[in-house]
Amino acid sequence: MGDARRSSRHDRKRARRRAIVRHWPITLILLTAAVVNTVNADGEHQLFYGLGKAAPADLIARWDIAIGPRGDELPTGHGTAVEGAVLYALQCAYCHGTNGHEGPDPVLVGGRGSLATSSPVLTIGSYWPYATTLFDYINRAMPFVGPGSLKANDVYALSAYLLHANGIVAEDEVMDRDSLPKVQMPNRSGFIPDARPDTGAQQP
Amino acid sequence: MAEGDRRQFFRRVRTTLAGAAAAVAAPAGFTLDTTKVQGAVAREYGARSRYETLKRWITPARFLGSTASWTPLGELNGIITPSSLHYERHHGGVPDIDPASHQFLIHGLVERPLVFSLAQLQRFPITQRICFLECSGNSYTEWRTPSAPSVQRSHGLTSCSEWSGVRLKTLLAEAGVMTEASWVVAEGADGAAMTRSIPLAKCLDDVLVAYAQNGEALRPEQGYPLRLIVPGFEGSINVKWLRRLKIVDQPYYSREETSKYTDLLPDGRAREFTFTMEAKSVITAPSAGMRLSGAGFHEVRGLAWSGRGAITRVEVSADGGEHWQDATLHGPVLPICHTRFTCPWEWDGTPTALLSRCTDETGYVQPTREQLRSVRGDKSFYHYNGIQSWRIGADGTVTNG
Repeated sequence: MGDARRSSRHDRKRARRRAIVRHWPITLILLTAAVVNTVNADGEHQLFYGLGKAAPADLIARWDIAIGPRGDELPTGHGTAVEGAVLYALQCAYCHGTNGHEGPDPVLVGGRGSLATSSPVLTIGSYWPYATTLFDYINRAMPFVGPGSLKANDVYALSAYLLHANGIVAEDEVMDRDSLPKVQMPNRSGFIPDARPDTGAQQP
Repeated sequence: MAEGDRRQFFRRVRTTLAGAAAAVAAPAGFTLDTTKVQGAVAREYGARSRYETLKRWITPARFLGSTASWTPLGELNGIITPSSLHYERHHGGVPDIDPASHQFLIHGLVERPLVFSLAQLQRFPITQRICFLECSGNSYTEWRTPSAPSVQRSHGLTSCSEWSGVRLKTLLAEAGVMTEASWVVAEGADGAAMTRSIPLAKCLDDVLVAYAQNGEALRPEQGYPLRLIVPGFEGSINVKWLRRLKIVDQPYYSREETSKYTDLLPDGRAREFTFTMEAKSVITAPSAGMRLSGAGFHEVRGLAWSGRGAITRVEVSADGGEHWQDATLHGPVLPICHTRFTCPWEWDGTPTALLSRCTDETGYVQPTREQLRSVRGDKSFYHYNGIQSWRIGADGTVTNG
């Protein structure tokens, strides 16, 4: 009985919060940024503060660089492995080797079929599940001495080059916001969820 | 003035001058009676004694902007790691961020994309918690062969601090998360624009957007002015120099959650999103590189922690794992926090090995290295939490193995 009374009170508060969220502009005018009392889904006291500013569209556009597997955030532009080969020699070979597997820094090319052996070589071709990760990472973090310095066309071309070097796309295949997410990576189904605790070292 | 008085006067002058100089720095080999002179004056920002030289060990790397520094666990006490000795792992160096111009954006699947200044974030109700961070690569050397020369270099990629900031759920409520949202992509403002995907459920649980560490502003190398604290999860997901959260409907498979921080298994498949750092303990003293001064009483001291909650038990073996005895846990014993343990030990002067194993509140017991390798093989790199053994030689030397 007490529970029923409490839950109906919670329901009312929840409804009020939903209304506040749905009618946000009106709420803002009515309350002029006053703190609003609501109850969240856990039944905990939840305040609404009206702090922060509406994010400017240009800031979002400038910062929205994380590329998901669907490629929604990929910019316009395009490139091929042929174009990428020149860029690779200029921007990448110094650290990753002439052909992407000489190092000294992480090996990018080769290693296909090595994962279950005693000497696995984890590369873009042997290990990475999504081609979109390639664009995302080169664009945000490479080259190490000038992160974020490459143009979209350069990043597409380098992605195409590294995919081609790994035998995944043809030399003249154009990588762009439509084609890159569709590239089937060899190890796409090679990842499984966390299965821990897995050592059986559990007390009864 | 008589000759005797003059001599005495000049002796006094010399003593006073020497004392004044000593207040700043006593000459080497010269012991000063500190009760006979005025000490140094107050200073506005403190520093440790000039006799203390404890420091982090930095992994040699071609680019030092992408390396790690290891906490000297063997010589530290208590559960709070001094901010100056907190381990570091950077992927693109430590950025120099002006807090006055730093912006923090929440967007994606939200009703109201919001941008916050640091000052605005600090107006939200403050919350704090003490918790450990551990790089998932901590102890990676021990998978194949126990080989690290010290506890600093085997286990030093964990540290424990008090963090203060805003609960992320408060900020997400402010932005209004849409029902189709299930993951959050966090991004840093460093040279790597470090990016990780975090389950929304965790963000709505206990994640902090922190701006203070051990009471003062975050250290630059710890994410100044803003970082995520994701209690119990591997270190790299606690994104430093936090500038953006995008609320999304699937993980984004960034390089740091595919190419790195995944666990390759013997059959060639790999585990992804292995977030929680499992229970682990290590004897910090005596530990490799130290030397026992002789037989007799020694206190075995160490740390235990678990990403799943509180440590409930630590056992110590002084005979290579044949027999175990319960160690004393020293409070406070907090969930997802370094916990101190000690155990008295009478060394008979013969060679032996010291081991510790911990149990957390879920009943999980720290596994042996063999148990880990039997499940995950020997090609794994991250998430090693095996029992560590320190070998005691007849001459008192302590080595790994």
